[in-house]
Amino acid sequence: MSAALLEVTNLKKHFPAGETTVLGGRKGRLRAVDGVSFSLEAGQCLGLVGESGCGKSTVARTLVGLQRATSGSIKLDGQELAGLSQRHWLPYRRRIQMIFQDPYASLDPRQTVASILGEPAKIHGLAKPRERKLLAMRLLEVVGLNPRHINRYPHEFSGGQRQRIGIARALALEPQVLICDEPVSALDVSIQAQIINLLDELKERFSLAYLFIAHDLAVVRHISDSVAVMYLGKVVEQAPRDELFEAPLHPYTRALLSAVPLPDPEQERARERIVLSGDVPSPLSPPPGCAFEPRCPRRAEVPGDRCKRESPQLEALAPSSSRRRACFLENSWGKIQDCQK
Amino acid sequence: MALLEVHDLVVRFDTHHGTVRAVDGVSFALQEGETLGLVGESGSGKSVTNLALMGLVPQPPGVIESGSVLYEGSDLLKLSAPKMQALRGNEISMIFQDPMTSLNPLLTIGRQLAEVLEVHRGLGRKQARESCAKALGDVGIPEPESRLDQYPHEMSGGMRQRIMIAMALLCDPRVLIADEPTTALDVTIQAQILELMRDLQQRRGTAIILITHDLGVVAGMSDRVHVMYAGRLVEAAATVDLFRDPRHPYTAGLLDSIPRLSTSEVEPLKSIAGQPPDLAALPAGCAFAPRCEQAISSCNEAVPLLESIEQATATSPRLAACPLTNSEARS
Repeated sequence: MSAALLEVTNLKKHFPAGETTVLGGRKGRLRAVDGVSFSLEAGQCLGLVGESGCGKSTVARTLVGLQRATSGSIKLDGQELAGLSQRHWLPYRRRIQMIFQDPYASLDPRQTVASILGEPAKIHGLAKPRERKLLAMRLLEVVGLNPRHINRYPHEFSGGQRQRIGIARALALEPQVLICDEPVSALDVSIQAQIINLLDELKERFSLAYLFIAHDLAVVRHISDSVAVMYLGKVVEQAPRDELFEAPLHPYTRALLSAVPLPDPEQERARERIVLSGDVPSPLSPPPGCAFEPRCPRRAEVPGDRCKRESPQLEALAPSSSRRRACFLENSWGKIQDCQK
Repeated sequence: MALLEVHDLVVRFDTHHGTVRAVDGVSFALQEGETLGLVGESGSGKSVTNLALMGLVPQPPGVIESGSVLYEGSDLLKLSAPKMQALRGNEISMIFQDPMTSLNPLLTIGRQLAEVLEVHRGLGRKQARESCAKALGDVGIPEPESRLDQYPHEMSGGMRQRIMIAMALLCDPRVLIADEPTTALDVTIQAQILELMRDLQQRRGTAIILITHDLGVVAGMSDRVHVMYAGRLVEAAATVDLFRDPRHPYTAGLLDSIPRLSTSEVEPLKSIAGQPPDLAALPAGCAFAPRCEQAISSCNEAVPLLESIEQATATSPRLAACPLTNSEARS
């Protein structure tokens, strides 16, 4: 295996929560991210999917240092980042940048585009004021906006254009890794495609590594090379893109895929649907065994209530396989042989 | 005869940036027991159209310039406030997009539900409570009795949306307007809610107007689809026909620009160039012309009318507001 650019091992982020103690502390622990591992390579995109509250945004915020990991390791080119102080993290921050979900909230309304795009270089002491203006113009061109618009304010742009500015800002420091947290979910359908194409093109052009977080599975399928599925703070399945979408092996992944409405009336009406009952359990009091057990349509197939008692580990299906799954079920879907070709 | 008929509805907003025609000459009919999908992007006027049906357009800044909404022989736009109130939530009811903000956080679920029955049906508290518990059971909420005494914040988003649906259906309405009913929900919860709506419609025969931007939801739920752009209807067809063979360039562009879950194509997506139009400064002709690949000079001259292109199926004529498509169909 080639050396990974970003290697995340057993990442945990717990928040104090629950009842307050006498001294103002909290009694409980909210395990937002509970042992997540993956790696990113240059020019590759890992899709991270899951429902709200599963911890995918917390993973993103921890990777860019907006939150400190409770434990685990984040290695960028072999350098350990987890546990670094804010100041010691700073030189690495320019190498991992983030694109945010809401293009209306993530740009300062009182700054001009020139100032928004020049600020990263200013903070990192990389360019003089004059150079920063040129840099801003170049960045606008890279993301497909008119470089003459650098003196405009965010409100003068539409949602899609603002998202392009957000992308330009993330590129300002020539990062190696881009964390994209729901970058298209606030956009209209006709604009979504423009931004997805732009992200795709930038990935090739600058051989960027993406962690692409989204709840829209069709978007993830389009842009990712491999996909990890999260449920309640843990990765339950991880696989190369087509294998995951064509032969999902975890019951949650299967339910998730079958729940996505297809924009084709004939397919949509003919397909088999797995409708899960109930809600995602509270991460404050997760079930003792497998977190998905209370909603799992196939839990009865595992003998001896094992799912209720033990938490399954994310394990490779075969020693050399890139498919990993956290489930006690036999691989009885029969498609597994096809997938390992 | 149609259950609900909208004729040439025009809703205007007077804003600081000028006058915006959020809905500009929309006409359609809703048949008994059907689901009509209304698709469009933000600002296309789909929500305002339905707020107008319910008499909920804030005036000012909104002005209903013209049009009529016929329901049971009377024009809803001309009804007095008390008469409209008697109808709203009773015969025509609505589910809103955001289950987090559309319930009153200060009242228990039971109180909010019972109010509907006390106002419209004149039920006493005890009777109303019994009916409410039954309604919650109908939408798949476990232990409905104990839920009645809880407050909205004690429930998840999916649960709250079920309560909204239960509330909208309490009086057995004939028309249900669902404005992005699942947009704020996760996909597995969305699947539950859509399943519930299908099931309720089958049992009660409620006619549904489903407003959404999600073409997948429309494909699975609706019998017919209307597509809106910049305040106007640009295409209307039976769902199957629309997805198989979109006739308006905007509809075709929309369908091309969504990534598909079922294929692993790596080609760039076909996107619609440009930006959505500024409603305060619409072009003189077709609002889509500046983004349209097929536009010719005459597109910029006059607003194209929504015309019948062919008789696709006996029940549902096909309409499109594009002279190019229409002339092709005729020749």
